[in-house]
Amino acid sequence: MVPLNYYLVLSAIIFAIGVTGVIIRRNIIVILMSIELMLNAVNLTFIAFSRSLGSMDGQVIVFFVMTVAAAEAVVGLAIIISVFRHRQTLDPREMQLLKW
Amino acid sequence: MESLNLLRLIPLIPLLGTALNIFFGTRLGRRNAGCLACVAVGLSFLLSLWVFWRLPAAGSFGDTLFTWIESGSFKAQISFQVDALSAVMLLVISGIGLLIHIYSLGYMGHDEGMVRYFAYLNLFIFFMLVLVMADNLLLLFVGWEGVGLCSYLLIGFWYQDHTNTIAGNKAFVVNRIGDFGFLLGILLLVWELGSQGVWGIDFPALKGSAHLLRPEKVTLITLLLFVGAAGKSAQIPLYVWLPDAMQGPTPVSALIHAATMVTAGVYMTARLHFLFSLAPATLAVIAAIGALTALFAATVALAQNDIKRVLAYSTVSQLGYMFLAVGVGAFAAAIFHLFTHAFFKACLFLGAGSVIHGLQGEQDMRKMGGLRGYLPTTYWTYLIAALAISGAPLTAGFFSKDQILWQAYAGPNGSGWLWLSAWITAGLTAFYMFRQFFMVFHGKCRVAEHARAHIHESPHVMTVPLVLLAIGAIFAGWLGPPEFIWGSAWDHWLGPLFAVPKAIHEEPVGQEIFFMLVTLGIAGAGFYLAYLSYCRGATFPERISSWAGGIPYQWLLNKYYIDEIYNLLLVRPFTQVSTWLAQIFDLAIIDGIVNGVAERVRGSSLFWRRLQSGNIQHYLLGFLTGTVVILAYYLYL
Repeated sequence: MVPLNYYLVLSAIIFAIGVTGVIIRRNIIVILMSIELMLNAVNLTFIAFSRSLGSMDGQVIVFFVMTVAAAEAVVGLAIIISVFRHRQTLDPREMQLLKW
Repeated sequence: MESLNLLRLIPLIPLLGTALNIFFGTRLGRRNAGCLACVAVGLSFLLSLWVFWRLPAAGSFGDTLFTWIESGSFKAQISFQVDALSAVMLLVISGIGLLIHIYSLGYMGHDEGMVRYFAYLNLFIFFMLVLVMADNLLLLFVGWEGVGLCSYLLIGFWYQDHTNTIAGNKAFVVNRIGDFGFLLGILLLVWELGSQGVWGIDFPALKGSAHLLRPEKVTLITLLLFVGAAGKSAQIPLYVWLPDAMQGPTPVSALIHAATMVTAGVYMTARLHFLFSLAPATLAVIAAIGALTALFAATVALAQNDIKRVLAYSTVSQLGYMFLAVGVGAFAAAIFHLFTHAFFKACLFLGAGSVIHGLQGEQDMRKMGGLRGYLPTTYWTYLIAALAISGAPLTAGFFSKDQILWQAYAGPNGSGWLWLSAWITAGLTAFYMFRQFFMVFHGKCRVAEHARAHIHESPHVMTVPLVLLAIGAIFAGWLGPPEFIWGSAWDHWLGPLFAVPKAIHEEPVGQEIFFMLVTLGIAGAGFYLAYLSYCRGATFPERISSWAGGIPYQWLLNKYYIDEIYNLLLVRPFTQVSTWLAQIFDLAIIDGIVNGVAERVRGSSLFWRRLQSGNIQHYLLGFLTGTVVILAYYLYL
């Protein structure tokens, strides 16, 4: 059996990749995908603990997270399409009207 | 104390009159509004008479409306009471108030603001009645402030003229100074009694527990209360507002600034006589100030040329007499003089009003003269009132003034000096009154030719009150002649209230008669001198006025320059400090601090606002940093 720590380390690595992607990528669709990556890293942690502790709670929460992630992807992509129609770009640096 | 629920109607009827005149006065028409006001005061007068009639000897009526303030053991009620003292004041206020209301129908008949005038006048009567009927100090203070307000409103009644509003302001501000002292006195009294466990402020409770107070506290309290009295009753050093208050309509001067409101201070000291009696130092101060004011104001009155200003200074002087009486512990004599003074001084003012009315607003006595034939009723009533104030035998002023003079000498706190100054004042009074009388009514007519044809006697609505007041000016004094004539009904009436000391009556009667004759002598001398100077045309007024280069005369003419001195010492520094505060301190320092803080905030915002770049990835980096910092804090610290 694979020890819990392996899962946690893998989860942390995926999460870090997600965070890095959110912060440094210049394409807003990739940023959205990086967010999904972060959510799934968290899901992995939940599942690992659920298995390790023999409790179903973690798995229930994962279902919620997946639902939220799906909704988030829908709304996010709709916004992105709308923005793209207006500005012909996907670069977040071009989308900074709401500033001082 | 007997309960009598009718009492509340006495002040409330004039209040109702005010309300009706304010809301419906213009619809009623000027004449009806005036009549309504007269009826309201008339009803109060009838009720007062009835209460006076029913009042048991040495007893009192009470009427409690509701509890006003209740806090812990402290309790103040809206509650009226009438005892011997209040009953006398009620009759004076509503009776003389009624006559002056009726007179005003004629005097103000052509005035645009007549409805407003009668609303104010009724409001004044309401507050004055509250003042004298209050059964506790707080309610008395309510009436006290209310009459001050009405006085202010009526002095500045003709507000189109700027000098009138300035005079009103002056009266209000000077009264505020006095009222501040009065309020401090009340608070100190409540505080001190409270520390002894007595939390009542109604007069019976105060009377019952006054002995608990420490002597030095009583002195302080009574001195503060006297500051209030000096403000309201125009004593040195707060008398300066009263002569200026003559800017108001003449009936107002008669009602508020001669007969009733200005005597509120005397009433208050008499009402709290049990406190003042415990403070001999305060009484000495009051006696000295009273005597000084009487003498001082009488000398100023010698040289004034405005018909109302002479009477104003005369009022200040007579109020000085009343405080002299209070100061020597003769409270009954003070109230007696208040009573008689109300008649003859109201009569004098209304007479002066009649003269002014007949001359279309002329007030300078140098432009009068010889009016005897034109204004016969005014002439005779004025003569009677002038005789009364001068203390001619058997008139009202004779008995009341004589009693004060006698008490000033022989009373428990009397002294020769007090008597001497009061005695000189009596002579001056006779002189300035008859100087005025002869200047106005005798000699050659100095009215301008074109105006002379219009001189007319006032209508009956004005002369009848004059006649009634003149009758009062003779007979009011017969209530209280000295013991050796037929005994004083007055002392019998008020004596139990003030617990008049019996010792003074043990003085030999011969001495009292001697003093009476001496006083008559100087009053007669004053009269004769005025007669010689202003009727026979002797030249020594000119010689006296030009004596020593005319400097003493100029002093008197300019009222000892007191107004100028006050302006220089108090008003100007005060306005300068205020101007500095407003224009330098407020603008540069207060506004500077506020604007400076705002400017610094704005300056730093110019820098910090760059954080809001609008780039979502910057914000996310911020989130991340924050999360890492917080995690690091919890994990490693």
